[in-house]
Amino acid sequence: MPAGIVSYGVYVPRYRIKAEEIARVWGEREDMAKSLNVFEKSVPDIDEDAVTIAVEAARIAIMRASIDPARIDAIYAGSESHPYAVKPTATIVGEAIGVDHQLTAADFEFACKAGTAAVQACLGLVTAKLIDLGLAIGTDTSQGAPGDALEYTAAAGSAAYVIGRDDLAAEIEGFYSFTTDTPDFWRREGMPYPEHGGRFTGEPGYFKHVTSATRGLLKKMRTIPEDYDYAVFHQPNGKFPVRVAEKLGFSIEQIEPGLVVPWIGNTYSGSSLIGLAATLDVARPGERIFLASFGSGAGSDAFSIRVEEGIEDIRDRGPRVRDFLKDVRYLDYAVYAKHKGKLRL
Amino acid sequence: MSTVPRFWRHIPQRYNLVGTHCPKCDEYYYPPRAICPNCRRAAKMEDYRFDGKGTVVTFTTIYNATDDFKRQTPYNLAIIELDEGPRLTGQVICTPEEIEIGMRVKPAFRILGKDGERGIIYYGTKFVPAEGSV
Ligand SMILES: [Zn+2]
Repeated sequence: MPAGIVSYGVYVPRYRIKAEEIARVWGEREDMAKSLNVFEKSVPDIDEDAVTIAVEAARIAIMRASIDPARIDAIYAGSESHPYAVKPTATIVGEAIGVDHQLTAADFEFACKAGTAAVQACLGLVTAKLIDLGLAIGTDTSQGAPGDALEYTAAAGSAAYVIGRDDLAAEIEGFYSFTTDTPDFWRREGMPYPEHGGRFTGEPGYFKHVTSATRGLLKKMRTIPEDYDYAVFHQPNGKFPVRVAEKLGFSIEQIEPGLVVPWIGNTYSGSSLIGLAATLDVARPGERIFLASFGSGAGSDAFSIRVEEGIEDIRDRGPRVRDFLKDVRYLDYAVYAKHKGKLRL
Repeated sequence: MSTVPRFWRHIPQRYNLVGTHCPKCDEYYYPPRAICPNCRRAAKMEDYRFDGKGTVVTFTTIYNATDDFKRQTPYNLAIIELDEGPRLTGQVICTPEEIEIGMRVKPAFRILGKDGERGIIYYGTKFVPAEGSV
């Protein structure tokens, strides 16, 4: 029995800071925007966090397909910036979308790929017919230490997917994951900012895991890159997904519709799922999408997705990803620091 | 800030603007009322979830706030008339130059406050301009 995406919703905060403004404050001579291919990144409002933006994305997903919230039997919320160390994000989202309380819920954490892990968990329960609908969320309001390279990309955004068996907008045909113990990026309990192994971590981290998961899934599905109309690879910056696509034999044309990182930054657990949503925004029934997430620590989840007729019924009933790129507000570094809590008032 | 049990009891009305409706006189209430003041015991109230669209009736902009809200200044506090009739006080998220009487607003899920560094985070409904926002 096929299972997959019944509905989807995205939320990106309205505020942006330009990479050149961050570089100006830190006296960075290198053209960071160009070298990262990230020109601006989203910044949460002062009263937004990973929970509030998850609620906004989930409400859009519910609205887009007129889902009865009582049908949702599982909520898994993936994030590396859950506001509470103990107290689930998923329960707050459930209450805010009006579930009937007969459901299971938990928070996931796996750097930038907790959202796709949540999709897999929902897909398993749905496919086994243990639940009717599952809600999988990737949400983050991530922080880079002031002056650190991560500060140019760490952004805020959320994506929510309703996973089920009926009225599919897109079928998930199969997935393949590749996971190792790789300390390329971490944050210890109680520490405000993450640490990372520097630039060299790209090869053993991102590239090794994304290429292994992608090649594994292509082999499992007996497909080649040309069988897909679109591809989405995790977007920690604007360079890595382009380079990994080339390496794997996917074209710029395949990844272009989902490549949103130059304008919103790296939304961590939201990143590859927002890229997928931007692709669903334009894809037609019958087309295929290849998706591969990446989370430091490290792992990659690859998915083969086929767009179904149902996409036409739901697509225009909620905002598209590109709607969140319009009418943005730019912050200078001082106001940005206030938004991010970098100034202790 | 209210105590944790009090906040918990009010979660449905804070997160989703759940009020009440009197089927007899067709009056809507927010915050919810157990008994309709018009009909008293002659009517049985029902729960009603407002979709949160409304109009700014009047507003004030706060420039000086207590420590808990200092980071948010300046912010707009408004009386909003929901389309079904009830009026409530809420924060409207836009600049002081943008807010005006008669402005159409819609709800947004935001942090209302935090109980210091260690305490609970209070989530609930604020408002954003209905035009120009996604
Ligand atoms: Zn009455």
